[in-house]
Amino acid sequence: MRRPRLLYVPFWATYLFLYAPIAVLVFMSFNSGDSPYSFEGFSLKWYGELAGNAEIRHGLVNTLVVALGSTILATVLGTLLAVGMARHSRSKLLDAVSVLPAVLPDLVLAIGLLVFYGMIKMTLGLHSVLLAHTVFGMAFVAAVVRTRLTHADTSLEEASRDLGAGPVTTFLRITLPQLTPGIAAGALLAFTLSVDEFVIAFFTAAPTEPTLPIVIYSMVRFGVTPEINALATLLLAVSFTVVIVAQRMTRLTESLS
Amino acid sequence: MLQITGVSRRFGDVTALADVSLEIRQGEFFALLGPSGCGKTTLLRILAGFESPDSGAVTLDGEDLLGRPAHRRPVNLMFQSYALFPHMTVAKNVAYGLEREKLPKAEVRSRVAEVLEKVGLTSMAGRRPQQLSGGQRQRVALARAIVKRPRLLLLDEPLSALDKKVRAEMQLELKRLQHEVGITFVVVTHDQEEAMSLADRIAVFSAGQVEQVDAPVALYERPRTPFVAGFVGANNLFSGRACSVGLAADGLGVLPGSSDLPDGTPALLAVRPERLRLDGGQNGEGVLKGEVADVSFYGGVSHVSVTVPGRAEPVLAATQGATPIRAGARVSLSWAAGDGVLVPQ
Repeated sequence: MRRPRLLYVPFWATYLFLYAPIAVLVFMSFNSGDSPYSFEGFSLKWYGELAGNAEIRHGLVNTLVVALGSTILATVLGTLLAVGMARHSRSKLLDAVSVLPAVLPDLVLAIGLLVFYGMIKMTLGLHSVLLAHTVFGMAFVAAVVRTRLTHADTSLEEASRDLGAGPVTTFLRITLPQLTPGIAAGALLAFTLSVDEFVIAFFTAAPTEPTLPIVIYSMVRFGVTPEINALATLLLAVSFTVVIVAQRMTRLTESLS
Repeated sequence: MLQITGVSRRFGDVTALADVSLEIRQGEFFALLGPSGCGKTTLLRILAGFESPDSGAVTLDGEDLLGRPAHRRPVNLMFQSYALFPHMTVAKNVAYGLEREKLPKAEVRSRVAEVLEKVGLTSMAGRRPQQLSGGQRQRVALARAIVKRPRLLLLDEPLSALDKKVRAEMQLELKRLQHEVGITFVVVTHDQEEAMSLADRIAVFSAGQVEQVDAPVALYERPRTPFVAGFVGANNLFSGRACSVGLAADGLGVLPGSSDLPDGTPALLAVRPERLRLDGGQNGEGVLKGEVADVSFYGGVSHVSVTVPGRAEPVLAATQGATPIRAGARVSLSWAAGDGVLVPQ
């Protein structure tokens, strides 16, 4: 049976609403003119400008340092948190609190961390952003790994113990491989969230060490330039790649296990 | 060889094991039989080291077992779910336990090959568990457990996940393997046929207690408690009081049976359906008279249920092959005194 064409209208309207601004942004990033609103001709000029912009390069490096560092920390701590909570805690409250940083408003977390850093007299810098991002990244990793753990078969760990493996070997050889898809998904989530996180970074970064979103924000305050369009396009490409890789990876590991 | 003395375990208000004592001999195929929730699995987990009793002692060849963690016990468990490692091949699964013993690689390889050959899975060594059938997975689980040459092998409902045909095959296979490797097997099952066909001796559990420990034939022919009489195989149970020639049954008169119980002891008389003789017609010399309620034909045997006045449940009789008796027929039932077993109540 043929479906009436009319049914597709809301579908395409939704897609248009979602992706038209992004499509325009990508398109305008190849503008040869100075105006971000009128297209004058194709060029890669703004990508060149972008590469030459020291401020943006500095922000990008900072963001990558923060994202990689906090992802590593968050993945390790989040995984341990999830395993510990699943195996050794029966408290529903503790359980809920462990994922709280993930749902807490960014602003609350940002102010809280700023106050805390001030209290322990820690100087702000890149490390303070890295630790701040670890806090919420860890909550996301823990939540994702936790779901994976509840589906995991505890008899596998018992079988490992039964066959003569101590707790550490069992964790490394049996538990971790079972959790790999969850850990990978959690890590990618933490990474992407950290890369474009603005509020917390804005509060906890030293003025001399801005992350990329902060740099962009300060540039946009003087008007959108095609340079920013180019930067956004690059970020978009990176996010897409990460998401696709993450999906492929989960599917791959799932088909293996 | 394995000595279990006064083991008790409670979970909150539930008593899983109440003062259980058992002795299991070297090389024996021993079954723990009981309905679900009777504590048999708890006992198995205590032996494996995943659970510890509130009180009691367990020794293996005189050595204390309870003080050792699960991974340091010369005991292996075959899990009901098989618990095969999904991220490892069959060969890796089997080798896992040997690698933990830090054995030389060459020895691990030869022992894995040997045990895979024994369970007939040499060609599957490179496959992953999810690529195998249920019966093959079961063999891998078994191979993985016996390759360590444990002194005691525990099997948790080993055949429950298999379909009927494969089950019969694996039953024979298990017995053959047990014979070959000479390891003491302790199997937990709720399936009494499985226990009877596999085991040398069976311990029947009910509500955390051992009801009776006996060889399958003795258990079937001489149940010593009402629970065993009702749980192991089909049985016709009559309640009443023991008397010199059998049982003075409530509302049915004296029924023939043999016992050494003192007269007047409250007792159950158990008669197996296949020991009952059915005679058609009104004037039979039977012990009980009644009307056939239903006849079910199973191929090798037919089950005839007979309603007897004065008794709520029908009496079940089994006959060889097809029977000419039809529902509604008047019949008389009789049995030899030696076939009526009296069980104190």
